[in-house]
Amino acid sequence: MKTVNQKAWFLVLPVLFLVAFNALIPMMTVVNYSVQETFGDNLFFWEGLGWFEQILRSDRFHAALGRQFLFTGLILLIEVPLGVIIALSMPRSGFWVPICLVLMALPMLIPWNVVGAMWNIFTLPDIGLLGYFLNHTLGINYDMTQDPLAAWITIITMDVWHWTSLVVLLAYAGLVSIPDAYYQAAKIDGASNWAVFRFIQLPKMKNVLTIAILLRFMDSFNIYTEPFVLTGGGPGNSTTLLSIDLVKMALGQFDLGPAAAMSLIYFAITLGVSWLFYTLMTKDDQK
Amino acid sequence: MAKITLSKLRHSYYPNPTGPEDYALKMIDLDWLDGGAYALLGPSGCGKSTLLNIISGLLVPSEGRILFDDRDVTELAPTERNIAQVFQFPVIYDTMTVRDNLAFPLRNRGVDEDRVKRRVAEIAEMLEVTDILDRKASALTPDNKQKVSMGRGLVRDDVNVVMFDEPLTVIDPHLKWKLRSKLKELHQRVRATMIYVTHDQTEALTFADQVVVMQDGEIVQIGTPVELFERPAHTFVGHFIGSPGMNILPCDVRNGGALFHGQHVTLEGAIQPGEGTRTEIGVRPEFVSLGTTGIEATVRKVADVGRHIVVETLVGDTRVAAIIKDRPPEVGATVHLDFQPQRTRLYRDGWLATSLAEAVQ
Repeated sequence: MKTVNQKAWFLVLPVLFLVAFNALIPMMTVVNYSVQETFGDNLFFWEGLGWFEQILRSDRFHAALGRQFLFTGLILLIEVPLGVIIALSMPRSGFWVPICLVLMALPMLIPWNVVGAMWNIFTLPDIGLLGYFLNHTLGINYDMTQDPLAAWITIITMDVWHWTSLVVLLAYAGLVSIPDAYYQAAKIDGASNWAVFRFIQLPKMKNVLTIAILLRFMDSFNIYTEPFVLTGGGPGNSTTLLSIDLVKMALGQFDLGPAAAMSLIYFAITLGVSWLFYTLMTKDDQK
Repeated sequence: MAKITLSKLRHSYYPNPTGPEDYALKMIDLDWLDGGAYALLGPSGCGKSTLLNIISGLLVPSEGRILFDDRDVTELAPTERNIAQVFQFPVIYDTMTVRDNLAFPLRNRGVDEDRVKRRVAEIAEMLEVTDILDRKASALTPDNKQKVSMGRGLVRDDVNVVMFDEPLTVIDPHLKWKLRSKLKELHQRVRATMIYVTHDQTEALTFADQVVVMQDGEIVQIGTPVELFERPAHTFVGHFIGSPGMNILPCDVRNGGALFHGQHVTLEGAIQPGEGTRTEIGVRPEFVSLGTTGIEATVRKVADVGRHIVVETLVGDTRVAAIIKDRPPEVGATVHLDFQPQRTRLYRDGWLATSLAEAVQ
């Protein structure tokens, strides 16, 4: 019989400390704020689940959450199919491969706030290249500082520009890992291009696409810097996504309790959706 | 089904081949008869997969033509040739069930559903996969996956040829034997032309009626397994087939006889006249015996492989292997080697150079 030795648990201790200091303890302070009211000076009053109730009932939160889901949904709907199409049309070998890969990776290397500033200037009606061209050459009224629709088009385009490459690179990695024999067999079996995509390429890309969607979901759901620099949440509140609203509440209004409660709800939604998606996508693999 | 003719086929992967070394296939002229079981045997990189891909249409040869029953198919795409190919690694459509996998080539060709059902049931029964027809293909074991990919090739009853590209590479050894005999049985049932590419002599010799041995982009011999074993046309065939392979012993030719380390060796027949400088004696270890007279040799290694004993000896610095039944000599002992004359041949520049006749002194 094997003797059971529990000593190995001690080896986990360093990781436990690390996780405690960079995640658990900061998060506990947020939990602490979320159930209390404070006016500074380290004076706290017990508030229970009051803040949570207030946030969950507030129209402001509902509106921000709705905008957040709209934003994330739209960019996923555009970036995932677009990324797959670009990956499919990239060469599989030869001279152009490294060039395509570097060009694809470039937008991802630019810091978020720079991307926001770039697109801000780019689309300004009077001085931006695109803004000037649209307004003064084509005569289309396009002003993302005034028009909510223009603001939305701009942040969506910016995100697509910045992050489609991630989907492309992951999908491309999935595609090049398909052995030639699959394509040859499909040719011999008389499969159409659609059948090759549906029964060979898509199944082989499933795992990397799951990761790509997951990453893009989390990133876009938590997006802050780019829209903050670009539109600052405006015009009005039309592009105030969850994180922008959260920062307004925490730092602008100094409502630490409700902001903490909102952070936790926000975190729970991100975690819940990610978990649900990942479980649904991988449940077939376990069979 | 069809007779397949390869006529003056050459292929190079370079756009502008300059010399023969640029050609993956040097010059192939070959007929595959309808309904035959062929093996294409050769070491890795000898051009056998290139040849296979040319027959299936995945590659267009640089020169020469391929005819299916006198119809030129050189430029036709794989789909139009009506062939089937089974690859080294099982190619299956992961998201489909076994049934849909088998039906896939038929459905793509618009065969009506009743017929699809009937054919799939027949093939499944032949391959013994009837009980897993509704399972998802991704969940199968490698041997069942390979069976399914074979099934996709066999399901069309009008295929001209079914080609197997080292199909047993990823199969566990104990299942290899089973699948190999299954293949042989399938060939007898469906009577389609089958070409089996392999570098494994056991697979080639058990599957095929005719074995085509290739080396460096050339066909060195075509024959039945027995012919290849008994009378290799080239030293390459001699040492590639057999375990251990044929002894190839450098020798001198003087006055129409062969001299090995100064001793006269009796050959199967007269030496044909011909050009060439390098002459070698070829004799299989099976036909070398240890006796009291003959060429003197020192025993270097003795290996008991179960059914027989392989004795490796040294004559000068030339290794000569012998296969004996029992009573092995000690390592280091001096023995005398006796070559069976009817099985001892002369090779000039690698090619057989004796004619089978009465043994001459």
